[in-house]
Amino acid sequence: MNEFLIKGATLSNGSKKDILVSDGLITKVAESIESKAQVIEAKGLIALSGFVDLHTHLRQPGFEQSETVLTGSRAAAKGGYTAVNAMANTMPVADSAAVVEQVYRLGVEAGYVEVKPIGAVSLALRGENLAELASMHRSLANVSVFSDDGNCVSDPLLMRRALEYVKSFDGVIAQHAQEPRLTVGAQMNEGATATKLGLAGWPSVAESSIVARDALLAEVTGSKLHVCHVSTKETVDVVRWAKSRGISITAEVTPHHLLLTEDMVNDYNTVYKVNPPLRTIEDVLALREALADGTIDIVATDHAPHPKQSKDCDWASAANGMVGLETAASVVIETMVKTGLIDWTRFEQVMSIQPALIAQMPNQGRGISEGAPANITLIDPSVERLVNEDTESLSANNPYLGIKLTGLVQHVLFTGKLTVLDNKVQEF
Amino acid sequence: MRHLLSTADLDKAEAIELLNLGSEMAAVNKRDVKKLPALSGRTVANLFFEDSTRTRISFEIAAKRLSADVVNFSAKGSSVSKGESLKDTVLTLEAMGVEAIVIRHWSSGAAKTIADSDWSKSVVVNAGDGTHEHPTQALLDALTIRDTILGSSSTGDLAGLRVLIVGDVLHSRVARSNAHLLRTLGAKVAFCGPATLLPSSIADLVDETYLNFDEALAGNFDVVMMLRIQQERMNSSFLPNETEYSNLYGLTMDRFNSLRSSTVIMHPGPMNRGLEIASDVADSKQSVITNQVANGVAMRMAVLYRLMAQEGVGK
Repeated sequence: MNEFLIKGATLSNGSKKDILVSDGLITKVAESIESKAQVIEAKGLIALSGFVDLHTHLRQPGFEQSETVLTGSRAAAKGGYTAVNAMANTMPVADSAAVVEQVYRLGVEAGYVEVKPIGAVSLALRGENLAELASMHRSLANVSVFSDDGNCVSDPLLMRRALEYVKSFDGVIAQHAQEPRLTVGAQMNEGATATKLGLAGWPSVAESSIVARDALLAEVTGSKLHVCHVSTKETVDVVRWAKSRGISITAEVTPHHLLLTEDMVNDYNTVYKVNPPLRTIEDVLALREALADGTIDIVATDHAPHPKQSKDCDWASAANGMVGLETAASVVIETMVKTGLIDWTRFEQVMSIQPALIAQMPNQGRGISEGAPANITLIDPSVERLVNEDTESLSANNPYLGIKLTGLVQHVLFTGKLTVLDNKVQEF
Repeated sequence: MRHLLSTADLDKAEAIELLNLGSEMAAVNKRDVKKLPALSGRTVANLFFEDSTRTRISFEIAAKRLSADVVNFSAKGSSVSKGESLKDTVLTLEAMGVEAIVIRHWSSGAAKTIADSDWSKSVVVNAGDGTHEHPTQALLDALTIRDTILGSSSTGDLAGLRVLIVGDVLHSRVARSNAHLLRTLGAKVAFCGPATLLPSSIADLVDETYLNFDEALAGNFDVVMMLRIQQERMNSSFLPNETEYSNLYGLTMDRFNSLRSSTVIMHPGPMNRGLEIASDVADSKQSVITNQVANGVAMRMAVLYRLMAQEGVGK
């Protein structure tokens, strides 16, 4: 097994350390370490616990022209991730032990990040009958988070039953909160811009009302609820209230909802079409504040690759979603760290430690500490870069092209294996 | 001006220039020989992804009176029903040498998407996109208002006039285009309708909004424009039924009789007589509904002439 000596890195708490990695573990963290191991010069770099994405669309099986487990894993590694949770809306849907084990195996074969499948809540994402949740949990993939993402589990009875059913193995239901009757034909955030553009509005209350209902169901059942991609200030208020009641609720925000706003839709540029939609600057500021104060627990990318033809069309015909794995850390630095809202300790919490806890991934999010698995991301916080078309993803629906972002992932170790060196994904 | 996509893109000088050109075309349309050679040898495609016989015919007559060759493409029974994308439809027409695309599409922004894309070098005229805009309708409405109130020799703006637009504003591209254009021309515009059919945030779009039609009618408007109410609105909880809508928001004879005799009555058509407008009101002397149709041809001639003859093609 390779040995690496990371020299002179800055940890999230500001201290400068050498880090010795051997046999896949962090074996020593100290002021100055002497070793014959291969040296990774880390002066000026921040060493963080490898990032964990709780919300990734890897598209395999079924949509391999958008992304595969391999290409998505490479994109994740380049973005500083050592683990991703693969969403269930594949074809076939990840609603059985067979499909989740297939995705899990593809992840192991790719070998760039730990790929943990998310199982569907309902059979074929239809929102009618429960999928075989326990079988998926007991499978090789050890699924612990379930979501119909893309669809909302809108039937309150099905949602209650799902929350109850996963209690026996401490599972989590991750809800895509979107009341379908309040979003019939919805195309963009409801408001003045939608009115001007003649696009059917997507009201905030379609999200916040479901989150309020689910929080009360989680309270009644004593189960764990996770809220996917919170996008509005009203939902933030509901989550804050639910946490104050002691309800087991966690929440994520995407990088794009921390940076982009609805006015970007003005030219009907379909790269900005996403579900939930881009909201107002007031929502963006509320989300940033909530991520800083802990109301929102984590950042999750909702990396949603699409082939060219799904975006090269009129607005209503275009697919929802944008890629995000390779830019997430920079967007969070830009919106949260540079603005002074959070420090590097909180950054490491929201990008790695908390998502690993929610996803129940014991080998992830363990920090830069002796004995922890060597999942390490080294990031240069001073680099300013114009986002260009270079990507490891198969898809190019990137909303940040031409935008200047701060911070660049330089090196990544995944269980002691160098997956990224000098911002280049390694071949093996 | 390369394309006509939205009346919000027109400044006051451009709008007045177009209206004046429309007046000249209206004069041509009164001649025995209603034809100009301006677009001889040029090709215009009417690309209609939604049924609209009257708008399509209006554009077709306009192009033909300018001596252009016209092809009509209807989504029904075409390659679109076989799953062809908008991009491939446009690429195909371009490859055949079309120079102007007049597009009606169910998707808001479709005209702009074509104009901004690398699929097309054509002049693009928006003939109605989803619930967004219908700019030639607003231009013909403005010309009709100017002719009727200020006289057909007028070459000015609409400063000081008050226009009330009534009905399903939420789904109306006519309302949006008119709000932009009439306000650019100096008029005050108000919307009136049930709250379910008014968009959530319209403060930027108009000067006043009314939920009560009778209160609105007491506001001394120079023009009352009634919008078509679609049957399907009754089935999706926007409205209870036709009778209640007609009672609350229909321009009945009683309401009509309460208006000044100079109030101009408009409707973009097609009308539901007896629903949003009483038959006798539509046929009254104050109604200029057929003038709107006539001006439609003139304004569309003006737009095609302006974009294809004056601006040139292929820039």
